Amino acid sequence: MTEPVVGITAFGAYVPSFRLSREEIADAHRWVNPGLRSLARSERSVCGWDEDAITMAVEAGRDALRPAGGTAIARLFFASTTLPYADHLNAAVVAGALGLSEQVGATDVTGSLRAGTSALLAACDAAVAGGEPALCIAADRRAAAATTGQELTFGHAAAAVVVGPGPGVAKLVGRASLTADFVDHFRASGREFDYPWEDRWVREEGYHKLVPKLVGAVLKRAGVAAADISAFCLPTTARNLDRSVAKRIGIPEESVQDQITAGCGDSGAAHPVLLLVHALQRADPGDLILVIGFGQGGDALLFRAGEELAELRSHGAGVTKWLERRIPCSYPRYLVLNDMVKVDRGMRAETDKGSGLTAAWRHRDLLLGLGGGRCEACGTYQIPRSKICVNPDCRRVETQTPHSFADSTGLVASWSADNLTFTPDPPAYYGMIDFEEGGRLMMDFADVQPDSVEVGTRMRMVFRVKDYDTVRGFTRYFWKARPTMEAA
Amino acid sequence: MASGIRDRVAILGMGCSRFGERWNADAEDLMVEAFTEAQQDAGIETSDIGMAWFGSGYEEFNVGKSAVPAATALRLESIPVTRVENYCASGTEAFRGAVYAVAAGACDIALAVGAEKLKDTGYGGLPQRTRGRVNDLYWASISAPGTFAQLAAAYRTKHGIAAPELKRAMAHISVKSHDNGSLNPKAHLRNKIDIDTVMNAPIVAEPLGLFDCCGVSDGAAAAVVTTPEIARSLGKTDLVSVKAIQLAVSNGVEAQYRTWDCTHFATTRVAAKRAYEEAGITNPREQLDMIEVHDCFSITELVTMEDLHISPEGGAVTDVLDGFYDADGSIPCQIDGGLKCFGHPIGASGLRMLYEMYLQLTGRAGDRQLEREPVFGLTHNLGGQPHSNVCSVAIVGRYDA
Repeated sequence: MTEPVVGITAFGAYVPSFRLSREEIADAHRWVNPGLRSLARSERSVCGWDEDAITMAVEAGRDALRPAGGTAIARLFFASTTLPYADHLNAAVVAGALGLSEQVGATDVTGSLRAGTSALLAACDAAVAGGEPALCIAADRRAAAATTGQELTFGHAAAAVVVGPGPGVAKLVGRASLTADFVDHFRASGREFDYPWEDRWVREEGYHKLVPKLVGAVLKRAGVAAADISAFCLPTTARNLDRSVAKRIGIPEESVQDQITAGCGDSGAAHPVLLLVHALQRADPGDLILVIGFGQGGDALLFRAGEELAELRSHGAGVTKWLERRIPCSYPRYLVLNDMVKVDRGMRAETDKGSGLTAAWRHRDLLLGLGGGRCEACGTYQIPRSKICVNPDCRRVETQTPHSFADSTGLVASWSADNLTFTPDPPAYYGMIDFEEGGRLMMDFADVQPDSVEVGTRMRMVFRVKDYDTVRGFTRYFWKARPTMEAA
Repeated sequence: MASGIRDRVAILGMGCSRFGERWNADAEDLMVEAFTEAQQDAGIETSDIGMAWFGSGYEEFNVGKSAVPAATALRLESIPVTRVENYCASGTEAFRGAVYAVAAGACDIALAVGAEKLKDTGYGGLPQRTRGRVNDLYWASISAPGTFAQLAAAYRTKHGIAAPELKRAMAHISVKSHDNGSLNPKAHLRNKIDIDTVMNAPIVAEPLGLFDCCGVSDGAAAAVVTTPEIARSLGKTDLVSVKAIQLAVSNGVEAQYRTWDCTHFATTRVAAKRAYEEAGITNPREQLDMIEVHDCFSITELVTMEDLHISPEGGAVTDVLDGFYDADGSIPCQIDGGLKCFGHPIGASGLRMLYEMYLQLTGRAGDRQLEREPVFGLTHNLGGQPHSNVCSVAIVGRYDA
């Protein structure tokens, strides 16, 4: 069978900055679950209080789209098992923050850890059918009950892949899916945590039997031998399970990809895509990359790296750059930031701001795209946009055209660390940001540590949770300023 | 061409409640306390008042909207009463309304009253509130100390001042205000403190510590104003008259345009210049005898000394540390303890400042009466945030000056 020609044209990733020491978790639970010591290596990634699947997806999407921008994207598939909304298209928020065209098709893909690969398959299909690029983003912020192994093995992350007609930098050479209601774990709607079955059964009846069947199908379809696979991306948390599966199939041991346990951990539906992105970052032309999403069977996608991969790679540092950027997070702080313990947030947290949906819709360009304006008469940039130009020497009416500051950098003009105002992660850092092209805005800061900001620090803009309307269950998003990679 | 209101209106009487945590008083009780004193001082009946203005800031936690609560509490006689709210300048705004009414000839005697009940929230600091439907969607999660603290970061950088040096000058300001407040029986905070206490206090918003922040208080203040002629006809001598009232309101330039450097108050500079012009003051450093400024935070007072064109730009630290603004200095600042120690019931604060000027000018300030005979006093309010605010500057003085 001949595969339609479709390939990867761009890719990106995101790993939150906070790192939680697995040893610290295991130490905390030694009295109740001493067995956790076997998992107590390195660190896992953790979302800040203002990060979720949507905000991580936006960062990964920006990472992937950075060289070219997102205007050509015709379809967006957003995969996650931890979508903030059950009804309110999560992909629409992501599309808005990424500045995708209003004509973009947007779909949430969920229901299984294979959602990431299913979204990638759907993106490939859409690119073939529509003849236009499609974007697949997978992100997960899974919660784990305290004292469980998942608390140590899980990580929070996102990955994004753009596919388009043509071979791209890595051409899709084979695909297969297998659907069987094998329930290795589940999480009912409205439940907080996964319910896992015994891992020995999952290994023997699940991974050892279903994955070889799935891989056999894709190899046959592509006409490729298992021994030729150069990168095998199969997310697993049980030790050596990926190797034992590879061995059963005949994939060389050295092709088994690193699980990114150090610094990240199993990022759920995002993980197969994250492993793929990580593999693309290191692949040579001609390499065969096999990615598996496991869940009620699974999906398999086989890519062959092309000559142009090296050039694309130079645009970003891949997963590695996110892993290098770390902010230590203590276990108690993790518990608070992830809403895992009941804490007193103080009376200031009780203020009900309501959720002004009409106002949010009127200002969608500001809120989702950090949109301001540029005066056509005098060239002044400003945010928010206004009817009358802010320049005292201009003051012309209705002269501003939209201008997004989302990809701008700015310098801190003034700042403070505020212990009085309510934030889940005090102190609240905020200050005046002067944008490089002109214009300024008093903004909340994200991912700031003591001594990491001063007047003059360079900041980039990040899309984050502004606050939670806990009364109604609405999450408000807006942009914050974060020290640039170079600054922190 | 308008010539301003200099000497067209005189203060007939003033009153001020005790400020502080008035757990057992409603805003209405505080208003009556201030009004009764002002009325007795003026020697008038309620029926003599032709118009009234009522200033309050946080109506949500205070008495609610409109002027009805003031008219009802004071049993005003179905006269025109207007509630004004303009951040921390609300008290001065009430005064401006009353003064303008008299200056315009709209009435003979007008009342300004300001009141705030802040200590019904259950927590320290100013009440948390919505900033408006749209603003809540994108404004940073600001508090008052967090925005004013930013002046310090920018000021340090611009003037090349080390953080500990600026902090020490800020501490001097708070120590001075506590010294002054200790002599004021109506003040919220009457304890003296030392520099080390200020320097080592817990941080509220970097670099502002607890003692860099003013008191959050309940209180009310009131003024009765009339024309100098009527004041004389009522037997008043040694009149105190209004020399100037000016207001400057941010128009978004500081917040959105890059001409402001985040180290000062653009509005104060404008309002002060206009006020000096209206009052006929050409050299404020030489001509002003005392000032009451909006020391919501120590850094606010420090930079305001420059914005009022008294200290040279970058020179406030030196002036402050030299004692220029101390009680025995060239221009005593916050001789009544200021917002820092007298307290800061928002809607009352502007009128409280004028109350102190009035007492000093009429020689009735008790233990804290200045030795010199003051001629001109300036009051200053700054509401909002450094990047977006309302500034009022009023100058009062001896009518014969």
